Amino acid sequence: MKAAVIVSPGSNCDRDVQVALRQSIGRDPIMHWHGDPDLPDVDLIVIPGGFSYGDYLRAGAMAAHSPVMREVVTRANAGVPVLGICNGFQILTECGLLPGVLMRNAGLKFICRDVDLRVEAEDTVFTHDYVDGQIIRIPVAHNEGNYFADDETLNRLDGENRVAFRYCTPAGEVTAATNPNGAARNIAGILNENRNVLGMMPHPERLADALLGGTDGRPMFDGLAEALAPAA
Amino acid sequence: MSGITPEIVAEHGLTPDEYDRVLRIMGREPRITELGIFSVMWSEHCSYKSSKFWLKKLPTEAPWVICGPGENAGVIDIGDGKACIFKMESHNHPSFIEPYQGAATGVGGILRDVFTMGARPIANMNALRFGSPDHPKTRHLVGGVVAGIGGYGNCMGIPTVGGEVNFDPSYNGNILVNAMTVGIADTDKIFYSAAAGIGNPVVYVGSKTGRDGIHGATMASAEFDDDSDQKRPTVQVGDPFTEKLLLEACLELMATDAIVAIQDMGAAGLTSSSVEMSDKGGVGIEFDLDLVPVREDAMTAYEIMLSESQERMLMVLKPGREDMARAIFEKWELDFAIIGRVTGTRRLVLKSGGEVVCDIPVPPLVAEAPEYERPWVPTPPSPLLSATDALAGIDTTPIIALAGLIASPDLCSRRWVWEQYDHMVMGDTVRRPGGDAAVVRVHGTDRALAITTDCTPRYCVADPVEGGRQAVAEAWRNLTATGATPLAVTDNMNFGNPERPEIMGQFAGCIEGMAEACIALDFPVVSGNVSLYNETNGAGILPTPAIGGVGLIEDVRSQIVSSGFAAKGQTIVLIGDTVGHLGRSLLMRLLAGSDEGAPPPVDLAAERRNGDFVRNLITSGEISACHDISDGGLLIAIAEMALSGGIGADISVPDSGIPALAWLFGEDQARYLITTISPDTLLAGAADAGVPATVIGITGSAVLTVGDGNSISLSDLRNAHENWLPEYMAAGNI
Repeated sequence: MKAAVIVSPGSNCDRDVQVALRQSIGRDPIMHWHGDPDLPDVDLIVIPGGFSYGDYLRAGAMAAHSPVMREVVTRANAGVPVLGICNGFQILTECGLLPGVLMRNAGLKFICRDVDLRVEAEDTVFTHDYVDGQIIRIPVAHNEGNYFADDETLNRLDGENRVAFRYCTPAGEVTAATNPNGAARNIAGILNENRNVLGMMPHPERLADALLGGTDGRPMFDGLAEALAPAA
Repeated sequence: MSGITPEIVAEHGLTPDEYDRVLRIMGREPRITELGIFSVMWSEHCSYKSSKFWLKKLPTEAPWVICGPGENAGVIDIGDGKACIFKMESHNHPSFIEPYQGAATGVGGILRDVFTMGARPIANMNALRFGSPDHPKTRHLVGGVVAGIGGYGNCMGIPTVGGEVNFDPSYNGNILVNAMTVGIADTDKIFYSAAAGIGNPVVYVGSKTGRDGIHGATMASAEFDDDSDQKRPTVQVGDPFTEKLLLEACLELMATDAIVAIQDMGAAGLTSSSVEMSDKGGVGIEFDLDLVPVREDAMTAYEIMLSESQERMLMVLKPGREDMARAIFEKWELDFAIIGRVTGTRRLVLKSGGEVVCDIPVPPLVAEAPEYERPWVPTPPSPLLSATDALAGIDTTPIIALAGLIASPDLCSRRWVWEQYDHMVMGDTVRRPGGDAAVVRVHGTDRALAITTDCTPRYCVADPVEGGRQAVAEAWRNLTATGATPLAVTDNMNFGNPERPEIMGQFAGCIEGMAEACIALDFPVVSGNVSLYNETNGAGILPTPAIGGVGLIEDVRSQIVSSGFAAKGQTIVLIGDTVGHLGRSLLMRLLAGSDEGAPPPVDLAAERRNGDFVRNLITSGEISACHDISDGGLLIAIAEMALSGGIGADISVPDSGIPALAWLFGEDQARYLITTISPDTLLAGAADAGVPATVIGITGSAVLTVGDGNSISLSDLRNAHENWLPEYMAAGNI
């Protein structure tokens, strides 16, 4: 399979995603510069974390209008899997591929720590190596991860089983105390209607190596590699 | 006739004698721009005029040192064709005036010092000192500084992996913000600042120049008074996004062969970068200031040369490479301007509007900078405090004292701080903040660097020589406790007014102790920074020679241990001698509210012997956990290991004649705690090596027990440890 990582000025988790993809796919992804609208044919597009354009205007707002994003939206609508992590999630909401917005953390501080997540939707190309109800531990590192949408949108996300992950206790209970940023209904990640676009605040690429303290992020990349591998 | 009056000279921080020297060098009255350049180059911050004499006493060489002090940062060889480039620098004065921007630009400045030499930064560290928690400004300063450090490093995508935070009333009016960056470069791709090649283009890249930070270096060389808030316009404003672009653009250009020399514009901006580049290269530089990218209209030559706008670099390129270099910087949407040429005159010549506004001979500007051997008096010794005397009339139990200490401002968890720092980005943070030293893998290899910052100012004020020794020894010990071989240090010397003999005595003493320890431990100083005049209304800070240490772990998959208990049922062994030294201990601060007596003596031979023994145990895989013993003594170290591992312990106090509280909380040096499943072998090995080793307990359950029946649950201990700082900070948000 072929994957592309979109690199914007200010991206800073691009290399981390590259390493995680290489580990699972066995080859390097294409590192694609945001200013180049000619995106090669790929099976997966990843928009990594960072501070694209320094978070000026609003986190992700400017990167959402970069030359390559028009093509990313077209590909996403044609069914190509698109994964947006952290700032990538913010960009996906800004360019309309996902509903809602990511507001400043309720605690008004940047927060970097491991969080427990409950897997809510195992039936996607991103999450099929997890099982529903599984608790995984991966880190968040953000200033604007407070997911917000109106009740109608939230009800629709819930009704269509489009919440992929929720912040929870190590035992899987979804409580206010386990919500690191004030996100509506403890939402950590959501899917589009066709379930080929996933935006999430936590960083699976950061815990895909036992030496770094855990491997709960790795099944996402392994799962993508399996699902998107050319049929033998 | 420009009319330089004595008042103008005084406003520029130059003494009459220093101004006479300017007149002699110039052979005429200087123009105002020239005076400004002399002023900043001869400021304490840029010239090290009070400290140079003493800094020469520090050892700076070892077979693995590639470049010692004098360049933008120190460089050491870590094998496999890789070099580690690192430095620590203060941003104390700006951070007190404007904590967010002051701290943020401190991080930005030290990052540039490291990547200007060709390294990709891989980790940030810091050493922070604030006033008393009760002081009305402290909460605001802690919040602003921590957010500023995080704001800059997080956006750059460079992990902030550790540091230290202290509180003491002596910092009420002068906080300390010392930031350290560690980077990795190829040993054959290190860039230096010496300009060369007559006629070569001199290029300005990065942000535009504005009026911010003019005379920042001069501000950093003066005491504060009650009107210091009015100095806010001299604090620079940082833009980490631009610095991230500058980093990527510089590294992209450095991968080519276009650069002859490169220097970041830090303190004193365009002035110090151009003077240092031309002086080191033995050449001259000529600029047309009309070509400098400026942010504001009608900036004068004086303002352009003295601006401390951030995120700027000066480079000398090889001829013919200009277009290729310009294309890289334009891709990253940064300014790129050829503003001058290298000349053979050894003069700094500046033109503005077609006229020469500055023409200074560079060699005397640098070589004849004032250097003072200021008068000093040694610090009077403090009497040794006997444990029995210290504890007379004190009625407490070890568990009560432990619970108090672990929740004190000195020893409580710093989680509230480091959770605001992205400490995991770049995917190589093997040991996160909170242990002895951070461990960061060298990307794409199985090797790793251990990094720490250390200093115990309350020891330094009591005995600067012992305190200097201890700061170096503790950094060495913290690296050793991860399994690393300590390689080199950077120092950040923070002191009061050097014109007071007792302050110079503190400086001289700390240097003496540091030098002894660096020599004894093969731990040379490769870079550093001095911050003097940390005084407000005549009251100085505690002498604070912060040490940043770096060590190497050859195989991070096998030659490393955690600082937390790894399993239940393991034997806990104390390495090193315990006499129960309570002078300047945190126990006495807690129980008696006093900082009295002599600090614990440092036996450098014992440090070396005990540390080498422990490191061998780690690298050979014989122990399962290791933690050094420092602030708060043995029982605090036990509690930290228990909390980190989530496993309790049962500790027995030996019948040694030392009072139990002194044995448990004394701050004797050269000690470690380790855990093992084969204590007999370990004790035999220690006896052979002449290393004191004592079995003091066993790991297990979720309770920490000391002696007979005195115990505390780990959850109570954790609550006490974790709650103080967040509660303290939240109390300000009423």
